Amino acid sequence: MAQDNQHSWAVRMLRGFGMFWWDFLIGDTPELFVSTVVLIGIVAALSLAGHWRWASVIVLPLGAALMLLGSVLKAIKAKKASSS
Amino acid sequence: MIATAFHSSNLVLVSAVFLACAVEMVEALTIVVAVGSTRSWKSAFEGVAVAVLALGALVAVFGPALVHVPLTTLRLVVGGVLLIFGLQWLRKAILRSTGYKAKHDEDAIFAETVAELNSATGDRDRLAFVMSFKGVFLEGLEVVVTVLTLGASSHELGLATITAAVALTLVAIVGAIVAKQLSGVPENAMKMAVGIMLVSYGTFWTGEGLKVSWPGNDVMIPVFVVLYALFVWVVVASLKTGEMKAEVA
Repeated sequence: MAQDNQHSWAVRMLRGFGMFWWDFLIGDTPELFVSTVVLIGIVAALSLAGHWRWASVIVLPLGAALMLLGSVLKAIKAKKASSS
Repeated sequence: MIATAFHSSNLVLVSAVFLACAVEMVEALTIVVAVGSTRSWKSAFEGVAVAVLALGALVAVFGPALVHVPLTTLRLVVGGVLLIFGLQWLRKAILRSTGYKAKHDEDAIFAETVAELNSATGDRDRLAFVMSFKGVFLEGLEVVVTVLTLGASSHELGLATITAAVALTLVAIVGAIVAKQLSGVPENAMKMAVGIMLVSYGTFWTGEGLKVSWPGNDVMIPVFVVLYALFVWVVVASLKTGEMKAEVA
């Protein structure tokens, strides 16, 4: 009985911990999570390709800015679509 | 030059931690004040105390563990987390300042919490304790993540912790004085500033983790702050102008 209680407490804690990180990183903007992972992949590839390494300095901040703009425009489009 | 870089990056760190903690704690304070003034200050403070203890335990467990993570890996993970978190804050702040999303209204949250407490049945004191605990714990968890990630990756965990403590104390004092007038806090402007700083740190640490050679090293953090602030300003201005044109047409 005590073991069952401990088990369910541990499961609840783990689920709560997982939910926190899900809300924290993904929440209602999965596009930002996915595009950040893709951007990190692109910059990692550029960093490995010696000749194009300098481009990371531009690609990383520019990519972040474009991701933000894309996510904002997506939200505005959704808002307009739901109100029309 | 090195001294300037050191001070400017620390200034950004202190500002980011301070504003992020202040914003999160204003949200938590709204719930605590609503619970305390409606039901029971004793239960509200008990909830706060248990939440602070739980957060302290989390910091005690995860704080020292971060020291053992290789610096490059830590910076890449922290950079990625800060980038995503900062972009989420900025997105919300832009949508709010252009009118596409309702502004975070502390008065509405206060009224909602009071209504929830008044309509609830059962053990009122227990409910007050749970609501107060949840409010402080969940908002505090974001503070903990911000302080640990920003502090650990820049090797300034002490500075970040002290800044967070000062912010929390100030918010508690101001909260005790103004009590129910928390809606007067310019929350969206603060969120915009925090978002810009988190994205700047996120970009810098992600790059460090991927071995990007930033020109001027740490000097790039304030440079990113300026560049992202300009970008956000242009986006907000364009969206506002676009809306005005649409309204005239």
